[in-house]
Amino acid sequence: MDNQIILRVDGAETPVTVDTRTSLLDAMRERLGATSAKKGCDHGQCGACTVLLDGRRVNSCLVLAVTAEGQEVTTSDGLAGETPHRLHETFVDHDAYQCGYCTPGQVVSAAGVLAEAAQGWPSAVTEDLVADRTDLSDAEIRERMSGNLCRCAAYANIVPAIAEVAVEQGVRA
Amino acid sequence: MREFRYEKAADPAGAVALLTGEPEGAYLGGGTNLVDLMRLGVATPDVLVDVRTLTSTDVEDLPGGGLRIGAAVPNADLAAEPRVRERYPLLAQALLAGASGQLRNRATTGGNLLQRTRCTYFTDTTMPCNKRAPGSGCGAVTGLHRNLAVLGATDEGPDSPHTCIATHPSDLAVALRALDAEVRVLGADGERSVPMAELHRLPGDDPARDTTLAHGELITAIDVPALPWATRSRYRKVRDRASYAFALVSVAAAMDLDGGRVRDVRIAVGGVAHAPWRATVAEDALRGGPATEEAFTAAAEAELAAARPLADNAFKVPMATNMITRTLLQISAEARA
Repeated sequence: MDNQIILRVDGAETPVTVDTRTSLLDAMRERLGATSAKKGCDHGQCGACTVLLDGRRVNSCLVLAVTAEGQEVTTSDGLAGETPHRLHETFVDHDAYQCGYCTPGQVVSAAGVLAEAAQGWPSAVTEDLVADRTDLSDAEIRERMSGNLCRCAAYANIVPAIAEVAVEQGVRA
Repeated sequence: MREFRYEKAADPAGAVALLTGEPEGAYLGGGTNLVDLMRLGVATPDVLVDVRTLTSTDVEDLPGGGLRIGAAVPNADLAAEPRVRERYPLLAQALLAGASGQLRNRATTGGNLLQRTRCTYFTDTTMPCNKRAPGSGCGAVTGLHRNLAVLGATDEGPDSPHTCIATHPSDLAVALRALDAEVRVLGADGERSVPMAELHRLPGDDPARDTTLAHGELITAIDVPALPWATRSRYRKVRDRASYAFALVSVAAAMDLDGGRVRDVRIAVGGVAHAPWRATVAEDALRGGPATEEAFTAAAEAELAAARPLADNAFKVPMATNMITRTLLQISAEARA
């Protein structure tokens, strides 16, 4: 059943008529031409579709487009301003991809990880749950990025690409 | 996916009124399980009533030191909540052990408790499954059941309409079961409080029903009572990979020690039954006794004596026994440190 909504993706507002069954991911890719977020599994398991929704990383394949009205959606494209985001640069510097299909989701998820660490959020591998500071060790980055799969297995380079920005942002010693 | 109407309500009572009048409708919380099940054809609601931001997103102090968690609090926020991390480490650990960062950001506290089993016969519409298609039988008892229940299941053979060996997938629910949390529920007839012990049910002769909630009832909050010694608590989870996987076996435990003796103890086990499994046999065996590895093991073995494993999930019995023992040992070691 059709619903008329306004989607706000990477700063651009677009009125669009979507079926209630349409995911945010499909609405962006098929209706708005915003193809930065990728469709991998379409089940919330691979993370290729990761976007920031009002600043929080989520799987856009599991968000119904009708529920996203009024919310700010940021894809990997939208993270860049006039210049690339630092994560874009460090992913290139560290060769943190091979085919690149999962990369926009990896980059957005990493941006989410950095924001969560800046707020002092713990993870499953955090020893001291009540510590008010987070130190994004390699183990912490691996755990926090476990919702993003890479079939080329570029993980060995993804971790240092994120670690470099974590140091710059003061969430890694 | 079946076509559906999308509805919003002004308040929780309005949502209850809407859904009570829609026998094939469903509430939509974070949608991280429901949207997937709809895409798979497993869930086929004709109306979704969006409640994701309708109930409270606050964690409030209760008199005496407990917490009231709004049903709409995202899993990620609850795990990061300082009062949860300080007072109930097992609760924060259980949340952090579940799903991925993206899913925890979207999934709600109330929805987490109502997620469906990940039994592959349930999620595959071409397979027999008494939970999804009542009366169709159970493919799992003679098929892939390595990750399924060893306690409290119903096994009358693959063709019985009662057979179900599904497990409840929530980590959060296991911790809340150990903490004797109470679930506040709003229905057409008003509000009621459901102890965690009574929220999830064993399959019995009606495996289609996961919980004791009636259609239209909405979880509005979860009350976690004060438990000062829960500062000494742990949630441990064993899974096939180190992160982002459902439990083979998990244990939520808290222990109050008086020197070398167990003054009180809470133990709940996940991944072993259709509901979070409270290990009351083990708790009774331990209370007032010595806090030793031998006592922990004997109590765990007594609890697991009721297990009825199948060919490929018998490993869960020693795994659960060892997990209970190791978790209690870890808590007692931390208490001595």
